[in-house]
Amino acid sequence: MQTEKIFDTLTKKFGNDVTPILEAAPSEPFILVKADKIYDVCLFLRDNSELDFDYMMCLTGVHQKPDLGVVYHLYSIKHKHKIVLKTFVSIDAPNVPTVERIWRSADWHEREAWDMYGINFEGHHNLIRILCPYDWEGFPLRKDYVTPEEYHGMRVPY
Amino acid sequence: METNIFIQLLGNNWIAYTAIAVLPLGFLLLYALVAILAELKVSAWMQDRLGPMRTGPWGILQPLAEVVKLLQKEDITPDLANKVLYNLAPYMMFTGAYAAVAVIPFSQQFVPSNINLGLFYIFAVSAIATIGVVMGGWASNNKYSLLGAMRSVAQIISYEIPAAMAILATAVLASSLNLNEINTVQDGGIFNWFIFGGPGPWFKVFVLPFTFGLCLIYMIASLAETNRTPFDIPEGESELVAGYHTEYGGMKFAMFFLGEYVNMFIVSAIMATIFFGGWQSPFGSSIMSGPVWGLFWFLAKVGTVVFFQIWLRWTLPRLRVDQLMDLGWKYLLPMSFICFFAIALWKMLI
Amino acid sequence: MAEKKTFEMEYSKVDTERMRLNVGPQHPSTHGVLRLEVELDGEIVTEVVPHMGYLHRCFEKHCEAMTYPQCIPYIDRLDYISSMNNEWPYVMGVEKLMGIEVPERVEYIRVIMAELNRIANHQIAVATFGLDAGAFTPFLYYFRDREEILAILEKASGGRLLYNYFWVGGLAADVHPTFKQECLDVIKHIRATNAEVTNLLIYNKIFIDRTANVGILPADVAINFGCSGPVLRGSGFPLDLRRAEPYSIYDRFDFNVVVGKGEVGTLGDCWDRNIVRMGEMEESCKIIEQAIAQMPDTGDVQEKLPKKIRIPKSEILSRAESPKGDLGFYIVGNGTDKPERLRCRATSFINLSVLPEISKGYMIADLILILGSIDIVLGEVDR
Repeated sequence: MQTEKIFDTLTKKFGNDVTPILEAAPSEPFILVKADKIYDVCLFLRDNSELDFDYMMCLTGVHQKPDLGVVYHLYSIKHKHKIVLKTFVSIDAPNVPTVERIWRSADWHEREAWDMYGINFEGHHNLIRILCPYDWEGFPLRKDYVTPEEYHGMRVPY
Repeated sequence: METNIFIQLLGNNWIAYTAIAVLPLGFLLLYALVAILAELKVSAWMQDRLGPMRTGPWGILQPLAEVVKLLQKEDITPDLANKVLYNLAPYMMFTGAYAAVAVIPFSQQFVPSNINLGLFYIFAVSAIATIGVVMGGWASNNKYSLLGAMRSVAQIISYEIPAAMAILATAVLASSLNLNEINTVQDGGIFNWFIFGGPGPWFKVFVLPFTFGLCLIYMIASLAETNRTPFDIPEGESELVAGYHTEYGGMKFAMFFLGEYVNMFIVSAIMATIFFGGWQSPFGSSIMSGPVWGLFWFLAKVGTVVFFQIWLRWTLPRLRVDQLMDLGWKYLLPMSFICFFAIALWKMLI
Repeated sequence: MAEKKTFEMEYSKVDTERMRLNVGPQHPSTHGVLRLEVELDGEIVTEVVPHMGYLHRCFEKHCEAMTYPQCIPYIDRLDYISSMNNEWPYVMGVEKLMGIEVPERVEYIRVIMAELNRIANHQIAVATFGLDAGAFTPFLYYFRDREEILAILEKASGGRLLYNYFWVGGLAADVHPTFKQECLDVIKHIRATNAEVTNLLIYNKIFIDRTANVGILPADVAINFGCSGPVLRGSGFPLDLRRAEPYSIYDRFDFNVVVGKGEVGTLGDCWDRNIVRMGEMEESCKIIEQAIAQMPDTGDVQEKLPKKIRIPKSEILSRAESPKGDLGFYIVGNGTDKPERLRCRATSFINLSVLPEISKGYMIADLILILGSIDIVLGEVDR
């Protein structure tokens, strides 16, 4: 299915909650989803037989000042089409519903996004750090992150 | 006939007994060095590489260098280990293996102790090595060691039975439990060895498949008893790191290592004695026979079996613990019973 | 009677204690510094919790401070077994964002290098898988052959593992004049060793007993977990990016997508994942042969580039089929010569996430084999 048709289907179903943004090549067009609707949109994308997005390629946290964002790259193995979803939340209350119940691969991706950006995926069963040590403070990939000078009293030589 | 050359030469006194006790010890240490070198070199040649080449010509001093290295290591006892058991275990294992040497007929003229219950004795004392494994695994206070020790016990208990059946069948054939006696019976060339049914008329070919099968069963069971691949699950490197001796280092590890190689020697010696005629010459008692030739034939046979064990180790993958139990209880045990029954029947009819 | 009943009640309460065992971070067969917290009921695994991050090097953070070409050596160090394949999606993404077309000769050399590296990776994967099962000898056979592949790659790039060879707009250097002949020679050796290992290890009864019907991963579960590469194809699902979305010049070659068939056990078991790798080595050999036949002998290996590589405000998820699966780089440009955001869709990381799901109920020895059949590299998992 063409990207435009997927966007049409989604706007018909969700109305103002989704905003398609067509960018010039080589950037991929994406669709902006309101953060609290992301679970419903994703569930619809997976379960609609014409869309059938059964494969989550990537879930990325981003920090586009001033907001934090989550980018979902979805792929349909059956129909061989893909779509990019984006959602942005304020850095003070970065709450996004989890999609780990839709695609299990989102489990570790979301843990990583929490680890690096501090995006709180509501409803995730085990939202703990994954790459950084469990007692790490701060979210390293945020643009305003300051590298700590000490870790457990040890000076970090940098 | 007195079967011990030292008692013949030195008389029945303590000097002779000391010599009898010390000589196998020296022999075993030497054998262990050779076996380690063989393991290194055979594995290297099988894997298309050279193996150790730097220590001595063709690396023949490598085992010695490794022993020296192990001697220099710090003797560590983990803080939370059960200290007495932990320190006792390696020596227990070696003692068990070494005690079994006492009844092995090296040659017509050198059986350290020519007792009438030789086969039972070997089975009794070689089980002591298992106690060493369990002690080491338990006392290390390490989960990997514990798993390794548990596996080892299960394995040795399971495989002791088919091995015992195989050995008892030859005892039936020889009508004796004395190892030297069993050897003497197999006189008269290669076809009188027990692997070929022992001495007998031409229709012993009917019993030949059973003796041959028993030899294979004992071979498999002996691999399992010595924890060699494909049955090395008690120390299965990829899952249990080093199994029951994970926590051991230095000289204590060397004792485990030595115990393992001595165990290899023991099972190979039993196999050579009861199935391959021990010190008997393969050409009958007139050609290349005698005490010195006897020692040569015995060592050659043992060496062949040891080589076979090394060969298998570098060829086969490892079994899983439940598959090992399957093999032991579901296949080897019934087969060994059938073979034993057939041989006993044959012995009664003849 | 009443007394007896209480006794029975007491007796039924007797339960075996579960043991929690740490497999790793230092362990012979976790393929790096992975820590698996395993709950054991006797020998049976009841729960697996992977803990990672022991090799975390802040790759993504680091790249935000690097220019685009400077990122390439760091990308090499993700999956250090197959660095050529790692570089490819990244440089391809940057080239797409800049609108560069690379010369044809470059595409051919890239294909050959990537396929050679794929073979080297699969050799390690199969070899260490055999090692996990206790077979040491095939391991060394494969390492002997891998040495010849690395020699070719070293001759071209100067590095044995970390090449920094695919550059934006081309290659770091042209290949050696004897390159084609060397590739053909090494393919012969690879095929001979593969035939030998197939006899020695793959169809060995013990090996089949150990790996068949172990760690069964159904295709739908694999897709839901986002698995890719031999892990997904081992479940019988033919998703190969080289075929599904042909990038570069992969549409010019004739090759099969190898899938597991459940030949000796259930579809999607460890043996299937392993045989897919064996088959892919042969397919890679075919691709290399075709590429060598078609490759132009002379030509430029570097497209003209602006002095500073700048990417306008745009973004792309650039994917390629690495030996471990679908490797992607999400590159966000912001108009400067440094990326705004560089996210690696690490294949090993995603494939590893399926481990707790498929290893429950098997024995601890099986757990090691399942981990080996997934073929992870901790450099890529931890980034």
